[in-house]
Amino acid sequence: MCGIVGLFLKDRRLDSSLGSLLSDMLVTMSDRGPDSAGIAVYGKPTLGQIKVTVQSPQAEQDLRSLASDLEKAGLKSSVEIKNTHAVIDTTADLAMVRVFLASRYPQVRIMSAGESIEIYKEIGLPKSVVDRFGIRQVSGTHGIGHTRMATESAVTTLGAHPFSTGLDQCLVHNGSLSNHNNLRRELVREGIAFETENDTEVAAAYLTAEMAKGKNLREALAGALDDLDGFFTFVVGTKSGFGVLRDPIACKPAIMAETDSYVAFGSEYRVLVGLPDIERARVWEPEPATVYFWDHAAAA
Amino acid sequence: MSYVNPPTPPRKSATFDDATLAEIRRAAATGIYDIRGGGTKRKVPNFDDLLFLGASMSRYPLEGYREKCETNVVLGTRYAKKPIKLKIPITIAGMSFGSLSAPAKEALGRGATLAGTSTTTGDGGMTDEERVHSQTLVYQYLPSRYGMNPRDLRRADAIEVVIGQGAKPGGGGMLLGQKISDRVAEMRTLPKGIDQRSACRHPDWTGPDDLEIKIIELREITDWEKPIYVKVGGARPYYDTALAVKSGADVIVIDGMQGGTAATQDVFIEHVGLPTLACIRPAVKALQELGMHRKVQLIVSGGIRSGADVAKALALGADAVSIGTAALVALGDNDPQWEEEYRKLGTTAGAYDDWHEGKDPAGITTQDPLLAARLDPISGGRRLANYLAVMTLEAQTIARACGKSHLHNLEPEDICALTLEAAAMAQVPLAGTSWFPGKGTF
Amino acid sequence: MPTFDLSISSLRELNTALHQVEEGNNDIHFDILNPRGHHAVAVGIAAHLTVDIKGSVGYYCAGMNDGADIVIHGSAGPGVAENIMSGTVVVEGDASQYAGATGHGGLLVIRGNASSRCGISMKGLDIVVQGNIGHMSAFMAQAGNLVVLGNAGDALGDSIYEARLFVRGRVESLGSDCVEKEMRAEHHEIVADLLRRAGISNVDTAEFRRYGSARKLYNFHVDNADAY
Repeated sequence: MCGIVGLFLKDRRLDSSLGSLLSDMLVTMSDRGPDSAGIAVYGKPTLGQIKVTVQSPQAEQDLRSLASDLEKAGLKSSVEIKNTHAVIDTTADLAMVRVFLASRYPQVRIMSAGESIEIYKEIGLPKSVVDRFGIRQVSGTHGIGHTRMATESAVTTLGAHPFSTGLDQCLVHNGSLSNHNNLRRELVREGIAFETENDTEVAAAYLTAEMAKGKNLREALAGALDDLDGFFTFVVGTKSGFGVLRDPIACKPAIMAETDSYVAFGSEYRVLVGLPDIERARVWEPEPATVYFWDHAAAA
Repeated sequence: MSYVNPPTPPRKSATFDDATLAEIRRAAATGIYDIRGGGTKRKVPNFDDLLFLGASMSRYPLEGYREKCETNVVLGTRYAKKPIKLKIPITIAGMSFGSLSAPAKEALGRGATLAGTSTTTGDGGMTDEERVHSQTLVYQYLPSRYGMNPRDLRRADAIEVVIGQGAKPGGGGMLLGQKISDRVAEMRTLPKGIDQRSACRHPDWTGPDDLEIKIIELREITDWEKPIYVKVGGARPYYDTALAVKSGADVIVIDGMQGGTAATQDVFIEHVGLPTLACIRPAVKALQELGMHRKVQLIVSGGIRSGADVAKALALGADAVSIGTAALVALGDNDPQWEEEYRKLGTTAGAYDDWHEGKDPAGITTQDPLLAARLDPISGGRRLANYLAVMTLEAQTIARACGKSHLHNLEPEDICALTLEAAAMAQVPLAGTSWFPGKGTF
Repeated sequence: MPTFDLSISSLRELNTALHQVEEGNNDIHFDILNPRGHHAVAVGIAAHLTVDIKGSVGYYCAGMNDGADIVIHGSAGPGVAENIMSGTVVVEGDASQYAGATGHGGLLVIRGNASSRCGISMKGLDIVVQGNIGHMSAFMAQAGNLVVLGNAGDALGDSIYEARLFVRGRVESLGSDCVEKEMRAEHHEIVADLLRRAGISNVDTAEFRRYGSARKLYNFHVDNADAY
């Protein structure tokens, strides 16, 4: 039902190539996911600023006055429109920005929020998604992409991955969960709001809820092995980190490559062939029910 | 003052009825689940709850004989170099050699060939008898891969990737030791006489994204000649159909819970999987939304019994139907001529379903050579061909009455429903109204 | 000596050429360049060809091979040599899941590691893995021999029928109805022969342990219900 790509750069000199490397990886996965595609990139954070990525079907029209409206509301921000998305860079309080958007721009959907993360996702072939958002030109420290073949829910923009349910957090998924409906109901009782019927959104919300309770990503992923049922390969992004988890049965594919310069993930080996120095990379398949995690902060 | 209680008739429970009580006792005695063949035996909403409208002041019928009602169908037009052309839109569903005797497979081949349609192999692989006697043969590609080989793949006319079947969506094949004869054992690479345990998932792919790659492999091996079918049991027909299309299927086969199996747990048959009627409109809707209706063909199976069932399935949007149980009955399964033997087995003609035991008096679901010899493949084939001819004529009669010169021109608007459930599932109005559940107001 | 460069030619052209080799026209050698993770490379061959694939392949390389000797100078994706009927397939690097799945005959050699479900449902082929194999290997393995010089993951031989498993390293855990069995003279011969055919020398067959079916699940008995 899906293709996943991920790239975590260890060598800062590769940051300016993040977008183009991820784009090529993503387009290779078009067969696995022709319905929609999405990509999360983690760029350099600016102290004191939060980025909110929003989406609107007619962004050019709808969001033309967004920057000035935000300013008038006392929420000083710059707005960069990219096709159907826009990135709001703001020093204002995030909660207030959310309230503002909900009341003044209700048709706009929030794709992501955080210091580093930007998420772009749309219906259509991966190549068109990559082109319309100028992903090739983006630079950053790590990123995750996903191509979707919808299984049990509709093909919509919101249904595309990555799902972001917390600051600088995102998740992509290949597989099919089997107890997500029950889990969603529990999370709703805990106060989490859902926007889709998608099983992946439940997995993302679960991890966010667990981390909000104090667990780190590694611990939250370990908990997922007990609480989530079904088939899954997850790739998760946080502000400085990148995680991979396969369920205990491990039928859905997963392949990784590591060099001194990067760690890469793909659903198929084809994804990795264009990466620099791949001939000498360590290439392996993640073990089932094992949490893998890389962190820039830890490496620093 | 004392009084005498008047006599009261004993009262049985609807919840703990006789069948339920017997089953609990059987479970307590044996410690094993009940295994049987066939499809669901309980009554579910089905084609009997639908009626055709026919001709009237605004619709004119076709004359019989002179004014043709065509019945042909082409399957596999999407990618295959050699699509399958059938004279009638009724095919013979997958049934294994192993679950059926060799003469039974031969009879099915002969009958289908006389009628101008196809048969399908089953979980044991392809026998020479079936390939020789069946003019058009669909080769099943199952989780077990018993007997799978490229030579048979290349001499097949189509390949059917089986994800599941209506009797047990999520269950693998089941063949008990009493039917694993020398020949069956050899074909399946199993020790003789053991109970076959079968996989329920394919060994080398899981999910439509990997199925897409598997289908490409199968096409490459067969040089893109053969149509590739994808068969699922009735579960999530809308999504399953969409995913089969996205995986690259040429044809989709959906099998409802009335569809038979040679053997599985009774609990699986009766409690998992949708009725056939509930599967058709969602599958057709998925095809239409993808712009693939009639381009990726839909075959519907599970309890198809007559030309009326054929016509109704086609009217709801299917391109063809497939029969399994009905074909066996035509050959002589559960025939009253063997009543004495059925009694000895503790059953009666029409109720015999312990096919896994291999003692079939009709010689069809058995590997016992003495019993199998009771079925003459030539007369069996003739009977099947007769039955197929009757179904076709019945469907044509109905279609002509609806003004159609081709069975494929039957539409949902030619039908109405007698019950709420059938109306909701088929999305056709209750007779005499313009309403069905889910649609506006009266 | 035909050469196909998959960065220029199509997969269809390659497989068509491999299928069009005439009977008796043996000793033809094919070179395949730049496979770069392509799927279904060299599938369905039915002639005694030799094929050198210079690079790593995707899914189902050499699927349903019947007679060819194929070498993959790289790693292989899921399902390498699936349903192989005869011939040899050698993977110089690692193999992903389902290596040799449902194969009926021939020999599959993996010089690196094989992943999970190696030899799943095998029906007669021989597999030799110089490295490790992953979990659920030899699941429902019906016939053939699996020889592993490294370690085996969890649930080895779950629900196994009559296939023979020989592991030199550590077995993480055994699957349902799979037990260790005695290594007799005939088993040492089987292992020695397979090692030789796989071009592996200086390995003592005494270091291997044999695993196979306890045959308790061959006929259903309620006391074994836990195993299902």
